[in-house]
Amino acid sequence: MKNFLITLIMILIPVKSFGLIEVDITRGNLDPLPVAVSPLSIDEDSRKNFENILKKKDIGLEISLIVENNLRISGLFNPLNKDAFLQAPDIANLKPRFEDWNLIKAQALITGKVSYVDEKLRVEFRLWDVLAGKEMMALAFTTVPNNWRRVGHIITDKVYERLTGEKGYFDTRIIYVAEEGPKTQRVKKLAIMDQDGANNKFLTLGNELVLTPRFNPTSQLVTYLSYFRNLPRVYLLDIETGTQEVVGDFPGMTFAPRFSPDGKKIIMSFAKDGNSEIYTMDLENRIVEKITNHPSIDTSPSYSPDGKFIAFNSDRSGYQQIYVMRSNGSNVKRISFGKGIYGTPVWSPRGDLIAFTKLHKGKFYIGVMRTDGSGERLLTENYYQEAPSWSPNGRVLIFYRETKTDVKGEGFSAKLWSIDLTGYNERQVPTPTDGSDPSWSSLLSN
Amino acid sequence: MKKYTFEILSEGAIMKFNKILKNTFLALVACLALSACATQKVSTGQMQGDVYTGTDTVEYLASGVPDRVFFATNESVLTTASRETLRKQASWLRKNSNITIVLEGHADERGTREYNLALGERRANAAKDYLMTYGISSGRISVLSYGKERPVDSGSNPLAWSKNRRSVSVKAN
Repeated sequence: MKNFLITLIMILIPVKSFGLIEVDITRGNLDPLPVAVSPLSIDEDSRKNFENILKKKDIGLEISLIVENNLRISGLFNPLNKDAFLQAPDIANLKPRFEDWNLIKAQALITGKVSYVDEKLRVEFRLWDVLAGKEMMALAFTTVPNNWRRVGHIITDKVYERLTGEKGYFDTRIIYVAEEGPKTQRVKKLAIMDQDGANNKFLTLGNELVLTPRFNPTSQLVTYLSYFRNLPRVYLLDIETGTQEVVGDFPGMTFAPRFSPDGKKIIMSFAKDGNSEIYTMDLENRIVEKITNHPSIDTSPSYSPDGKFIAFNSDRSGYQQIYVMRSNGSNVKRISFGKGIYGTPVWSPRGDLIAFTKLHKGKFYIGVMRTDGSGERLLTENYYQEAPSWSPNGRVLIFYRETKTDVKGEGFSAKLWSIDLTGYNERQVPTPTDGSDPSWSSLLSN
Repeated sequence: MKKYTFEILSEGAIMKFNKILKNTFLALVACLALSACATQKVSTGQMQGDVYTGTDTVEYLASGVPDRVFFATNESVLTTASRETLRKQASWLRKNSNITIVLEGHADERGTREYNLALGERRANAAKDYLMTYGISSGRISVLSYGKERPVDSGSNPLAWSKNRRSVSVKAN
């Protein structure tokens, strides 16, 4: 995706003033903020041009629907029904009649305007505080028309950031494993989609088993496990060019890959003679380092965002538990001490928490704990679920969940789900087929 | 069975000590009764502990040479029955010295994907090590872990899981 050149022009620097609306994302939000997302206004010439190019009748309305859907799935906002809007989109964008928006109980209002300029899509949008009767933000973007969905995501990111004080996570993608077929002969393909489930694309054909794709936090590279020619190996895939290569020259199975936070190394497990150890490979000079040295299983490594520590999964105590060590392999400390067994530690991009999967008394949980193991909090319980991956702002986790089969062994499904760090706002992430092993990209822009 | 005993004991926290003993004794009697049932089930091809002892899914490399061995939950220790199966495989391999095999290690669905990949590898290697002690050279045996990716039984119950915790010897040539 090279056409991602998006020019961002600040029309008005937002004036900080007291008393404007704020959204608290640190606790479960049972009272989402009522927000009106006006269709973006569009002049007739521009409308016709975009209808020709994008086959969308009213691209201004379409973009506003993307913003609306994003705000709804965040769980923090309650987008109001457009049928109730009293003011026309073009007038609202010039100067909203706040009384009208107040009447339908909107506390925030988003308006905007789309135009066709030099074969490009130009969007301006404004965020208004209805109660204070003030403009909170006004921005404009110019991009190629095909990027119209991303414009909706970027607007949402800006609104989210302005109202919560934290970066958004809407202009992002999810890479995952698309699954089909009976449980005993699952066909698995790499797939990628926008965070809201749009633009789903399969990256492999399903000829070989693929597992655990993970994004490079700094680029559009992906690392994953492929059983190509029945040799399970860690691969590196460039999503833009489609080129791929085996990572390292290991005489056996490599698996559980993940990038270092600077994107320069891949950390993974290498299994030999019944023993799995953790290794890193530098992608520039190809130097391989052995990080763990223990006869037990050591796997599922995940770096801290500063790159100084590694959380990993080991059964050196007899059962699967979570350990943290320095990135050179020294100072290994077990951090999970609750009841049950623990797997898949994933360090939060904010650095303060580790997400994990836990099995206790036949139930699987997704939870978080501090990096010293204290403050364990279980977010969701189910028959089977695992493999949490953080949104780039560290506020949401995406994972997969499998259903129990019936007495005949039928009724199996695997789906992607997301849940807020608060434990609220659990929802299924739409995918065209079954899905597992999701990995959330970093923000594509800004 | 173990679980049953455990539940009685955990309630015992509020019981007096002798009462615990009494209950444990009762639980043991119950266990013995249950294990009698279990033994009967084994004869129709089920489980011992949680290791599969049946023949439902078993295929044969040659007449009288079963192709797979089964494991307890989270374990890679070979049972007596498994060692017997592997000795049969070793003797068959010695007689057919041109044959090479792949040991495919598997886990059940009740564990995280990456750990299960490692566990499958560990199980297949336990089988490999045993074959090697019976004179099969490591050059004739390769190991491939599928973790929980290729169950033979799609059921979500202990019996199905026991069939899936396995190492299968597959002819490679």
